[in-house]
Amino acid sequence: MNIKKLGCSAIAFAAMAVGMPVAQAEDTLFMPSLTYRTGPFAGGGIPFADGYADYFNMLNERDGGIGGAKVVVEECETAYNTQKGVECYEATKGKGALAYSPLSTGISLAIIPKAPVDEIPVFSMGYGLSAAAIGEKFPWTFVYPTTYWNQLSSILKYIDSNGGIEGKKIGFIYLDVGYGKEPLPLLDSLSGTMGFEVAKYPIGVKEMQNQSAQWLNVRKDRPDWMIMWGWGAMNPTAVKEAAKIRFPLDRFIGNWWAGSHNDLRAVGQAGKGYLAANFSGIGTDFPALQDVITHVVDKGNSKVASKDDVGNVLYNRGLFNAVVLAEAVRVAQAKTGTAAITSADMRYGLENINLDEARLKELGLEGFTGPIKGSCSDHEGAGAVFMQQWNGEDWEKVTDLIEPMNDTVRPLLEEAAEKYISDKPEWQSQTCG
Amino acid sequence: MEALSIGLDAFFLAPFRDMFSLPDLLIQVIWEGFVSGVLYALIALGFVLIYKASSVFNFAQGIMVVFAALVLVSLYNYGVPAWLALILTIGVMGLLALSIERVILRKLVNQHEAILLMATIGLTLIIKGAGQLFFGGEPKSMITEELGLSTGSSDWEVFDGIVIFQHIDIAAAVIAIIMVAALALFFSKTRIGRALRAVADDHQAALSVGISLNQIWAIVWFASGIVALVTGIMWGARSDVSFALEIIALKALAVLILGGFTSVPGAIVGGLIVGIGEKLFEVYWGPIFGGGVEAWFAYVLALIFLLFRPQGMFGERHIERV
Repeated sequence: MNIKKLGCSAIAFAAMAVGMPVAQAEDTLFMPSLTYRTGPFAGGGIPFADGYADYFNMLNERDGGIGGAKVVVEECETAYNTQKGVECYEATKGKGALAYSPLSTGISLAIIPKAPVDEIPVFSMGYGLSAAAIGEKFPWTFVYPTTYWNQLSSILKYIDSNGGIEGKKIGFIYLDVGYGKEPLPLLDSLSGTMGFEVAKYPIGVKEMQNQSAQWLNVRKDRPDWMIMWGWGAMNPTAVKEAAKIRFPLDRFIGNWWAGSHNDLRAVGQAGKGYLAANFSGIGTDFPALQDVITHVVDKGNSKVASKDDVGNVLYNRGLFNAVVLAEAVRVAQAKTGTAAITSADMRYGLENINLDEARLKELGLEGFTGPIKGSCSDHEGAGAVFMQQWNGEDWEKVTDLIEPMNDTVRPLLEEAAEKYISDKPEWQSQTCG
Repeated sequence: MEALSIGLDAFFLAPFRDMFSLPDLLIQVIWEGFVSGVLYALIALGFVLIYKASSVFNFAQGIMVVFAALVLVSLYNYGVPAWLALILTIGVMGLLALSIERVILRKLVNQHEAILLMATIGLTLIIKGAGQLFFGGEPKSMITEELGLSTGSSDWEVFDGIVIFQHIDIAAAVIAIIMVAALALFFSKTRIGRALRAVADDHQAALSVGISLNQIWAIVWFASGIVALVTGIMWGARSDVSFALEIIALKALAVLILGGFTSVPGAIVGGLIVGIGEKLFEVYWGPIFGGGVEAWFAYVLALIFLLFRPQGMFGERHIERV
């Protein structure tokens, strides 16, 4: 044994002794990326996929991966089509996939039942299924940092703190698919308890760019506030139509999928004042983002069309998705002592994640988002959202974090989770932890 | 009995009470329907032109709208002045028409209509792939003001209310009317137009008198490309320029069934019926169905037409002797 080998062995032994993961030369962490760079929703899919891939590539370049294991990101194109999403899942799961983040409620709903069978966690970051927040019922699904339902509660709290909500009429315009309809039960429930009236305006996928009739209904109904659950081309069209009927845009709030740069660039100055919820930072003024620029973008290893796209709302959202997964890998590595963790280890990592303010600062993301702490029972993290406002050219953060109405929403989520598993006998014996 | 009475009132009387209680809104609804109808008619016109000349249902018309708009916007984004970009885009649509005729249609002369339809489905995939390869999938802003189209609005105070006219909508209506008039003149007054009508009536007879089928097809696909460009500009201005625009073309199917696949006036009238009808139905009858009726209204209307007048209002009735 020569000196070099002896040294390596000693380092490996020392690492094991202190509980650090030991990386083999061939150790990799396989992260499938179900993207949609094509199709009618590519405007949202592209920046998200870029941010996701760039963060993992930055970790590979800067740190040599996570715990010594390189991250392998493999994209599979879904075009936001649930069937293609499932095909991508089936095609990649055998390669050692650690977790799936499909950026589609439809695909999430399709693969959530497969997660406990294949033992691969689904990380549905900020999209359906809201009931998956209840970890005891959904041990293999995670919805950090918060659910659609809690997001809606934060938006309603914002409205309440800006002139009161009792006795007001709230208009809800939504994409008429599973994603758009998901918060309706909570909206109906809270309208009774908080004392507001609801007017609903569904927009079919084929009518995304042809919404004028629904906005004439808005003009007829005269709601005090409008909330939007939109995606893709629906968003700029809705903001343009709202401006057209002269609805006050500072009383029009989009959810976190209706507030990207791609949504408002086509609207420009006409969209000034429009609000949207968000949970991930805006811009590049974070050390982690600077590292991405230095180690990936400037070296020409990013797919972004322009360097200016780095830091945009959905780019940062995709990056944050990767941040949470990377942190879960570290938690799992610390527990197992191995670099090349399994998907079951990944589930443990996701469940025991603790992204507090100190950890976010260490990661170079201070102030980027609210803290997230998972547990066996809480797969949501009870995260908060902030409001951002379009100034005609860019988004500006205009509020601090708004805590969700957890006390009200949690029992409703538990009820929904119970209902989901009621007709699935094989799910009854599942447990978290 | 009381429930039935309430239901009948909600369907047959309440909508009309709403119309008369807010007449300014009624005018606004009709105007919005008119503009949508004109835009549907533009898409349908693209289908009619090609169907008349070649009996091909051009499945690629929707993606041609996206492609034309993307070429225009991308050229501008590369630094080409707006009007030059418009001219160059017309040139690109001309080249596309020539390529389609040379590479696809010429080899499929006398083939069954179903084969030609399948060819246009393949063409859709090719244009979509090429568009995404060259221009990317991210949405882009239409260069409305750069083309001299105003994005402002004018108000009309009437019946103690207000009717808002967007200048871009007025421009869409005017441009569509000019295009239809130009196409009507082209078909009836020019030599090529008359040749095109001859081809539409009978391919074999037209060939026997020396009319070049290839030339006619290239011209008609080019004209359809121009219609696609105008449609792309107008729809793009209302939203953004993305591949989602392709979905809009599906509405033209209902328009064609109403107006007839071979009639230019049919495309216009069918477009207006669908446009105005769906807006009125959504605003005044939509709440009875929980909203979102615009998504199916046009297709139900088309289904009724298929049952009672399958050739459409202006279409030619085909009688096949067996």
